[in-house]
Amino acid sequence: MMKMTKGRIVLISGLLAAASFVLKEMIGYEKITIFLMLATTVIAGTPVFRKAIGALRYRIVGIDALVTIAVTGAVIIGEYWEAAAVTFLFMLGDYLESRTIEKTRSSIKALLDMAPDKARVRRNGEETEINPEDVVKGDFIVVKPGEKISVDGTVVEGSAYINQAAITGESIPISRAVDETVFSGTIIESGYLVIRADRVGEDTTFARILQMVEDAQDKKAKTQKFLEKFSRYYTPAIILLSIALFLATKDVVLALTLLVIACPGALVISAPVSIVAGIGNGAKQGVLIKGGEIMEKLGAVKAVAFDKTGTLTVGKPSVTRAEPVGISEDELLRIAAVGESYSEHPLGKAIITTATQKLGPISETPEDAEILSGHGLRFSLDGTTYFIGNRKLFTENGISVDRHESYLQSEEKKGQTAVIVGTAEGVCGIISIADTVRPDARTLISDLESRGIKTTVMLTGDNRRAAEAIALETGIREVHSELLPEDKVRVLAELRERYGSVAMVGDGVNDAPALASSDLGIAVGGAGKDIAMETADVVLLSEGIKKLSYAVGLSRATVRNMKQNIAFALLVAAFLLAGVLAKTVTLSFGMLVHEVSVLLVILNAIRLLRYGETKKAGTVLSSEGEIVGGQM
Amino acid sequence: MTNRTFQLETVSCPSCIAKIEGMLKKTGGISSSEVLFNSSRVKVSFDENVVASDEIRSRIESLGYRVLSEK
Repeated sequence: MMKMTKGRIVLISGLLAAASFVLKEMIGYEKITIFLMLATTVIAGTPVFRKAIGALRYRIVGIDALVTIAVTGAVIIGEYWEAAAVTFLFMLGDYLESRTIEKTRSSIKALLDMAPDKARVRRNGEETEINPEDVVKGDFIVVKPGEKISVDGTVVEGSAYINQAAITGESIPISRAVDETVFSGTIIESGYLVIRADRVGEDTTFARILQMVEDAQDKKAKTQKFLEKFSRYYTPAIILLSIALFLATKDVVLALTLLVIACPGALVISAPVSIVAGIGNGAKQGVLIKGGEIMEKLGAVKAVAFDKTGTLTVGKPSVTRAEPVGISEDELLRIAAVGESYSEHPLGKAIITTATQKLGPISETPEDAEILSGHGLRFSLDGTTYFIGNRKLFTENGISVDRHESYLQSEEKKGQTAVIVGTAEGVCGIISIADTVRPDARTLISDLESRGIKTTVMLTGDNRRAAEAIALETGIREVHSELLPEDKVRVLAELRERYGSVAMVGDGVNDAPALASSDLGIAVGGAGKDIAMETADVVLLSEGIKKLSYAVGLSRATVRNMKQNIAFALLVAAFLLAGVLAKTVTLSFGMLVHEVSVLLVILNAIRLLRYGETKKAGTVLSSEGEIVGGQM
Repeated sequence: MTNRTFQLETVSCPSCIAKIEGMLKKTGGISSSEVLFNSSRVKVSFDENVVASDEIRSRIESLGYRVLSEK
């Protein structure tokens, strides 16, 4: 309603101002001309005068007060046209600014609008629609196609394709079925789910992300803090100057003009509009950058350190190669999978996963199975006794692996863990297992280097061989292996000495101290990892690290945009000041320049909303839409 | 000491911030305040024995900014 009124005031006063201008040119300052000008001033000026009086009650002199004084002064000395033009321009500027500034905030607003607004719960066999805030932990939620999931929870019934863009910035739907985790704010595209609510309301990942984005947009950049201090002195200084000028020259028009340009509108607005647009752009892409100062830091990073497991790698071991001896590969996998179904070892799980993918579900069960801790296991299948495990297991049972020693060593050199499968007669195959490198890691490392990042470093607690193999595969330059968490902190300090600003990228599971001690902590995969999300400065919400390069680029673009705005605003202020003192800038022209400069600053910030849209179109379409929910 | 956040209608003019901040500074019982431009929110810590939150709200509104909600 407010907006409509504002728009109407602008329209009516604009028509009146135009009519009075035509009359002034045609018949000069006749009574009717002056009447129209005064009408314009009163209509456009009333809201301004009102605000000025409101503020004066608390003895605050804002721009409204300055404009009011200037306009009143202009009317008293008979400058009716100036008074009309100044008030109209001020209202028009105000109107256009509020319209355009909403645009800079549009990305964030779009995110806030994604919050779920209803939930269909199933209680005592009956389904009712309620407010998501009234859902309690343990409730069963029914969600149908096109509807939004309103809780973080576990699927207990049904299966569906889900768009997780609200949480990860990835819009490619992923499939979710029984026992898998789903998140609030995500949308079911097809299928249907019944979900048990594990986290509700403000505890959901989505609610936390929203809160952090809301907080981030007003965390000030250093440049911004400096500017605010500057403008705090600037306005009073100009007021004093105009009073001094009036006393010295007795030139009322000059003093009034100076008053009108006294508000550093464009200067004060220059930084916040850039930052809100930049943060909004990031949030839309699944990159949460926590404030202006972080933007400045991320843009200035010289070295990037990565944790290995879970960051550069997927974090889950998988079978990379199965080398059978005398039997088929399928047979080798089947035997190993049957045996491993008895163990809980992560390497065993990797074998079972691969075997099930290739051969379908494994139904057989091992007989007489026994875990031989630190070695492997022994079991019987179809009357044959098998061994699965490492070298030690075989040598201690008198089975020679010498013939395969060179193969074993070459696999181990590549960072693989070699699992030997055999019988009392000899080896029947070797399965290589490794944590796989993320498909986007190599591209990211080269992207970062092309953006001028001086070095990329890997920090890992793992052994040197495994670390070096991963470094080779990803193209990472420097490797520090076999580190304890406190060693990571020390290495980061060394890196800072050498390169200046260092960012640390981790998945937050065991590198919280490193994330906290670096200049800039970047957490990968926000969903379900609350502590990492809260402590990190930047959160890559989508699982995967490919967005890091975009985040660096976005930060630099934002800082650049902010600096352009500041430089422009300072230039305009200097120009206006000089122009007023040289008496070439009139009251209304000063107001015009002031309003136009504010608008230009906002329009420049709006450009940031489109950052990365065309250039990154290719990389956005990758298959990595998954977020890790299993780690909760 | 009580903390409150007031959500205002969209604040678009930069001088609004200075005005609201200046008013809050001159209001007794308020120990710290912050006007958040981009999210159009005002965060205030104040002593409830000296000034009520309704009073702060009406003072903000008297400057011409509608308070949409508070928490």
